[in-house]
Amino acid sequence: MTVTPSSIEQVIPGQGSMAQPSVKPSSKAKRKRFRFVANGKAATGLIVLGIYLLFAIIGPWVAPYDADLITPDKLQAPSGAHWFGTDHLGKDIFSQILVGTRGVVLVGAIAGIVATILSVLIGVTSGYLGGAADESLSAVSNVFLVIPALPLIIIVTSTISNAGDIVVALVIGCTSWAYGARVLRAQTLSLRRRDYVEASRATGEKTWRIVLFEILPNLTAIIASSFVGTVIFAVMSEITLAFIGISSVSTWNWGTILFWAQGQQALAQGAWWWFVPAGLAIAFLGTALSLINFGIDEFVSPRLRTAGAGARRAPNGDKVTMRVGFTPVIRGRVDTTPEIEIKHPPASNGRAATAGGADLVATEGHSTGTDGAKR
Amino acid sequence: MKFLLQRFAFYLFTLWAAITLNFFIPRVMPGDPVSSLISKNQGRLTSDAIHSLEVLFGLDKKQSLWDQYIGYWQQLFKGDLGMSFTFFPTPVSEVISQSLPWTVGLVGITTILSFLIGTALGVGAGWKRGSWIDSLLPATTFLSSVPYFWLGLVAIALLAGPGSWFPSSGGFTPGLVPAWDHYFIGSAINHSLLPAATILISSMSGWMLGMRNMMVTVASEDYITVAHAKGLSDKRVAFSYAARNALLPNVSGFALSLGFIVGGTLLVEIVFSYPGVGYQLFQGVQAYDYPLMQGIFLVITISVLVANLLADVAYLLLDPRTRKSG
Repeated sequence: MTVTPSSIEQVIPGQGSMAQPSVKPSSKAKRKRFRFVANGKAATGLIVLGIYLLFAIIGPWVAPYDADLITPDKLQAPSGAHWFGTDHLGKDIFSQILVGTRGVVLVGAIAGIVATILSVLIGVTSGYLGGAADESLSAVSNVFLVIPALPLIIIVTSTISNAGDIVVALVIGCTSWAYGARVLRAQTLSLRRRDYVEASRATGEKTWRIVLFEILPNLTAIIASSFVGTVIFAVMSEITLAFIGISSVSTWNWGTILFWAQGQQALAQGAWWWFVPAGLAIAFLGTALSLINFGIDEFVSPRLRTAGAGARRAPNGDKVTMRVGFTPVIRGRVDTTPEIEIKHPPASNGRAATAGGADLVATEGHSTGTDGAKR
Repeated sequence: MKFLLQRFAFYLFTLWAAITLNFFIPRVMPGDPVSSLISKNQGRLTSDAIHSLEVLFGLDKKQSLWDQYIGYWQQLFKGDLGMSFTFFPTPVSEVISQSLPWTVGLVGITTILSFLIGTALGVGAGWKRGSWIDSLLPATTFLSSVPYFWLGLVAIALLAGPGSWFPSSGGFTPGLVPAWDHYFIGSAINHSLLPAATILISSMSGWMLGMRNMMVTVASEDYITVAHAKGLSDKRVAFSYAARNALLPNVSGFALSLGFIVGGTLLVEIVFSYPGVGYQLFQGVQAYDYPLMQGIFLVITISVLVANLLADVAYLLLDPRTRKSG
């Protein structure tokens, strides 16, 4: 997770962070806090997640039918009256999905919160304290990491008779904190020897204060991404549990719909509308959460961005691919022009590669032989 | 060697923890589902079978917890996991040993394949950012957000069915006797194609993304610049310098996430009624067959630990630094 400064800054002083002494620090710092929303992936993910949250709240009220209402329209294909068709008892599948959203979101959120609290407690404690406490805590989290989580969750919930949403969420939360704890521990280890932490220790701040006010704020991104990761896992596990019929079948969630679809041979009857919408609902929720996670990752480590990494146009119309660790070199004209002229082009020369001075500098000779940037 | 011994000790510790967990779960949880199962099957169970269930689930309340624990271990060492209720007169250990080869074959091979293919694509995506492989990422994210079992359902709906070449359920054509002849093996491969494709498609993207991000990080290291400056070909720098170093964290990530993956792939077996451990776990859950469920959990844990150990050996072979310090 350590971010080494971009090599652009080392190669071209005045182009990287050194080149912006005039920025007013106060306004910049304020805006930075929400900047990751400006990332396309994160924004898309947040919007989709917002739609799901909305339906988790209003779903049961806006559902066109009672999800448990048995009607004579059995196994109807999607139509104007039943957007997603009906099941073997004539229940409306669209209503079932709307009603089921609440359970899915609730379990995901509770499990994510429980697991995140556990992982912060265990990961930060073991990373900050070190020594025997660290050894034993990281041994525990490694054990939880290696033991296959889903079979364990299946066994625990099947022992509890008629497990409801909350119980399922707690079981998932208590078994899936280990990955987050591991990542947090590693980052805390690297943070606790930084100068500013040493300084606050030297001024006699209490340990809890250092952890809460010096270390934790710097872990926000990692905590957020491990929360999102746990929510993805929790939603999947919950739906799986409902699908194999362990958690209570009386409340609706998308797994319950799939459970009935599988149990009533929806496939053999060609009732694709029975299981396709529920699966897509899961997939879009999972994709939205993953996108948020990518957004966080790219926010922390800008190198991972895909956007804008493709080909760009040099001022003279040449295509140049920007890549980290490479200095763009304009090839193909070298044979006709002596090298010295490229380094110091006449001002009238349209190929003056430094024109604009933005991000393209043709420094032939600096990295001769790197053909990474040629076109 | 020291590294391997350390890992081995850790896995033994994990095994102990898993078994102890398995010992405590039925004892801590409220209710007593197993005694009701025993009383339901009163005339059918032999006294030996009842005894082994008592030891496994702590039904004998007069014994101290410690004595129960000792007895539990003794029974495990005998390989006695109790009697399965679903497959009635068959002991759990026998049920599992029939289904384990199917799961190891399907899940093992597809997991390794998906790791290899995903890593290879990740090398490409990370080395040439913004290329067509990079644009695959959103699509693969979507596919990996779909539960494995649902993708299986869709695959059956689209590809299998009457008249299709792909069978929709089972591990081999009914009527064939399992043997090492070409009829049986051909049929087994035919039946495993769809489940394998399902697992491959949905598990690949995780490796791809991890490897891509590692490649991006490694590509800005000084030794990559040096390798380029030496005039080595782009291919050679990508594979022998960047990919080789980026691979290491991916391999250890592979070991760590095996537990997650195996859990997901077991569900594919349910959808395809594949005669492996996952399908039997499903049947055990349906019938409240606690001895079978607990036995399967133990066996899955042991398999994952063994796989982890193998991944560690691979890591050792790939990273010379661990060899030197040992």
